[in-house]
Amino acid sequence: MPTIFVDDRAIEAKTGDNLLEVLLSNGIDVPYFCWHPAMGSVGACRQCAVVGYANPDDTRGRIIMSCMTPVTEGARFSVEAENATSFRNSVVENLMLNHPHDCPVCEEGGECHLQDMTVMVGHSDRRYKGLKTTFRNQYLGPLIGHEMNRCITCYRCVRYYQDYAGGDDLAAFGSRDRVFFGRAEPGVLDNEFSGNLVEVCPTGVFTDKTLSKHYSRKWDLQSAPTVCQACSLGCNTYTSERYGEVRRVHNRYHNEVNGYFLCDRGRFGAQHVNSPKRIPGAGIRNAGGLYEPVSIADALDKVKGLLTGKVIGIGSPRASLESNEALRQLVGADNYCNGMTSTEREMHGVILEVLASNLSVPTMMEVETFDAILVVGEDVTNHAPRLALSIRQAVRNIGQQLAADTGISQWHDAAVRELEQDEKSPLVILSPMTDRLDDIASDTHRLAPNDIVSMVEQIIEAIDEDKPSDAKDIASTLLAAKRPLIISGTSLSSPNILKVSANLAAALARKNPSTGIFLCASEVNSVGVAMIDNTGNAEELLGNRSETVIVLENDIDTRLGSALLDEVRNLVVIDAMDNPTTSRSSIVLPAASFAEAEGTFVNNEGRAQRSMATFNPAGDITPGYQLLSALGGDHLSASGWQQKLTAEHASLAGVVTCAPDEQFRIEGSRIARMTHRASGRTAMLADVSVHEPQQPLDTESPLAFTMEGNQTRAPASLRPYTWSPGWNSNQSIHKFQDEVGGPDKSGTTGTRLFTGSTELTGFELSEEASANLIGQVHIFGSDELSNEAAELSTLIPQPYARMSSATAASLEVSHHDGLAFGDIIMTVLVDDEVAERCVVYPMIPGTEALGSAQLSELQKVAGYTSPSDPLRPSLITTDRTS
Amino acid sequence: MDMILKAIWSQLVTLFEVLRHTFTKADTVEYPEEMPYLAPRYRGRIVLTRDPDGEERCVACNLCAVVCPVDCIALQKTEDDHGRWYPEFFRINFSRCIMCGMCEEACPTYAIQLTPDFEMCEYDRQNMVYEKEHLLISGQGKYHGYSFYNVSGKSIEDKDKGEARNEAPPVDVRSLLP
Repeated sequence: MPTIFVDDRAIEAKTGDNLLEVLLSNGIDVPYFCWHPAMGSVGACRQCAVVGYANPDDTRGRIIMSCMTPVTEGARFSVEAENATSFRNSVVENLMLNHPHDCPVCEEGGECHLQDMTVMVGHSDRRYKGLKTTFRNQYLGPLIGHEMNRCITCYRCVRYYQDYAGGDDLAAFGSRDRVFFGRAEPGVLDNEFSGNLVEVCPTGVFTDKTLSKHYSRKWDLQSAPTVCQACSLGCNTYTSERYGEVRRVHNRYHNEVNGYFLCDRGRFGAQHVNSPKRIPGAGIRNAGGLYEPVSIADALDKVKGLLTGKVIGIGSPRASLESNEALRQLVGADNYCNGMTSTEREMHGVILEVLASNLSVPTMMEVETFDAILVVGEDVTNHAPRLALSIRQAVRNIGQQLAADTGISQWHDAAVRELEQDEKSPLVILSPMTDRLDDIASDTHRLAPNDIVSMVEQIIEAIDEDKPSDAKDIASTLLAAKRPLIISGTSLSSPNILKVSANLAAALARKNPSTGIFLCASEVNSVGVAMIDNTGNAEELLGNRSETVIVLENDIDTRLGSALLDEVRNLVVIDAMDNPTTSRSSIVLPAASFAEAEGTFVNNEGRAQRSMATFNPAGDITPGYQLLSALGGDHLSASGWQQKLTAEHASLAGVVTCAPDEQFRIEGSRIARMTHRASGRTAMLADVSVHEPQQPLDTESPLAFTMEGNQTRAPASLRPYTWSPGWNSNQSIHKFQDEVGGPDKSGTTGTRLFTGSTELTGFELSEEASANLIGQVHIFGSDELSNEAAELSTLIPQPYARMSSATAASLEVSHHDGLAFGDIIMTVLVDDEVAERCVVYPMIPGTEALGSAQLSELQKVAGYTSPSDPLRPSLITTDRTS
Repeated sequence: MDMILKAIWSQLVTLFEVLRHTFTKADTVEYPEEMPYLAPRYRGRIVLTRDPDGEERCVACNLCAVVCPVDCIALQKTEDDHGRWYPEFFRINFSRCIMCGMCEEACPTYAIQLTPDFEMCEYDRQNMVYEKEHLLISGQGKYHGYSFYNVSGKSIEDKDKGEARNEAPPVDVRSLLP
């Protein structure tokens, strides 16, 4: 640890850090633009200038860029030297020459890094009287807005989009002062991680269009720490609300899970909370088949009357642990099932066994440190999107190794990339169709699900044997690596794929103990509900005909088939959103969405994480566990259920400790969800009544639905937003980190529930029918909830049937023909990257029936006109011209 | 002795001053029969003004709301088809307003202005809640000639990129000329 001297103050620096990181880690404010903690330094903006001194006798020093300066023992710097401060001031003055004077109408205003840095350097007057350069904007799709005039050419957007996220449709164009960041032509941004541009851009060039539709300044948003509901990875998010609507989702830094970035499904999908399909109140179906709105108390009384005799409870992998446990306790353990299909239960059983085994299960951030990756039948980018971003960093390990060997610091981004050129660590993908990660893969194999299983079996054999084959090549790649990683998941709905991946990881681990295995689960709480109970079988429970069935936040019709509930006399559905199951229920109870209820969710790596309610739901909407508590008569709070979970399930002991309970206080204060500068308190509701109501009380958590309380000293698991004096943008996160890019000062949030000690014996593969019709998960379209987010619903593709030319010939169809199964009509796309004898269809609303179809049942549609590009939705391709 | 004389002199001057004021014209007026003169800068009822083209000046930036010490301003941004921001609703709860004028100082577009009208009493407090329709006037108020969009780089209907004050025409990004 070198000691450096900054303005004569001795500072312990971390070896290998650059000066800017050291300064920020030690609470010294230095303005910067182009440096990003996850993307390193390029020294493009010249903003982080400080004075460096050559030796103890040097009194003049010279201006250096702190982000490009490695720290060495005894080095002396000055941040406050007059020439450094005036240099930084003049850099901002120059950057502001062309800035368009439109902060009042900019979505970034109030949380703008450029605003913060301008205030920090003290620049206030524009002396230059010349003309400002202007640009025309582009249409970049329904998610991202573009306002190029605000650009300060820091290059962060293209460095993020191209270098970090692997996108190829956003670039820097033009020359001299005409540099333009955008697409070659207007159109929807293609990358699944484009939403991060909003946070990466230090000013308002890329803004959140979905937020702009119902805009609020950051200071007006009521926020809470939440867990993303869009997939099983459990990324940490801030969900923000104003006027009873979820307005936006921002990344919540977690040093082991999501780091600094989110995927677009997570960022924009949470707007499903505002869907017109939300169930506003309780309803009882009358004799005429119509729902009569009733008060929640009446509905609960009615349900209580039905609770005599045997009641079946069907839980849900998208409901919290608390709600599932409340249901389980209400109906009794024997009458509860977790609401997954038998295949899903089998797959998650495998994941649980792997988590409990001594195989090493890395966190998502650790995935970036593995130097050879085999992806077994998992469509990472569409099914567990954030992981794809980590894989993209992992393949750079070879370059980083090269840099380390050459003595180049890892943060020296441009130099490291120059050195690595196109060298990539091995990434082998076994999948039935093209994968979004193909561009960085060293080897891809297009195989039907069953062939993937046999391929992996061959790899396991080849690890020991020495016979040249494809499998041998993959095996030797994995064996040659210092840290090989096997990634698999549930996207092909094949338990064998998970089993064989675990077997392979076990076989490799015997040779190399650093082997890792990362299995993606299906939904936000799939692993959690499998831990509560993975044996209860919905088909079996409902087969013993039951009078009353309570369904908790689960669309049984779509998941398990509509026939299952036909015999049920009293169907009680607790859900937040209308779906086929709710619309056939006898009684419907309005559940709170994730943004309105506290809940604990277990992600795919077995980490229990608490998600807090962002706002108090309107009217009778109530968190699921509270409805079920009321039915059971025990009226437990969220922490009451967390205690029960711990008492009932030894494996869930960490649920209580993963976040403080509602008694937690900071010097007697709760943690305020609103900022200290939230506005409109005495006018927001004045149109209803001028007499201001009391702020809603939060009995469930230590957070408060007010601006009164402590904000900045909350631990990470309870911090409702990131803000620090002078740092209004999300860049303020470094104020809360132990060191730049490190864990939070309050520790890493969430509790990993598995210690992993049991020896994995190896899974017996079961007999699986060879699937020829393969459902492809889509990042936009395959998630029940995010499909209801207004903007994402416009990005859902149209039904297609992708197949190789040989398969197309055998089905006697050609490109852009129509192919039908029942009333589902798909456009044929001939694509030789699809495994032989396989037809790939999108798993989107309306194509569920194809899950049980056979190839022979598909019929050609006569006289079919194909949409021009079925993978792209029929979007209006421009909004405004300028 | 000197002090006593000074004190007596002071008393006499005071008596004289009081006597003199008996014959001067009164500053108080017989309100409401007679209306007092209030300077334009007087801080009374708040209005929303329009720019010289008759468009709403308010761009819903929320600065007035955030600066308001009693939090009595609430508004919601919306935008027209051409990207011009304006408030979907704009509400001032005058029963809370302390007429401090901070909103006017914070306003970057001269939209919100305080006027010399203070006669706002109501029997029912609910009537003190003013919506946009009550606040928006037809004219420019105290500050004439200013139009925010003419100096800001955001394009709106009838004002393209490069047409604001001090702006060069939009660049041709495909040009490679030096």
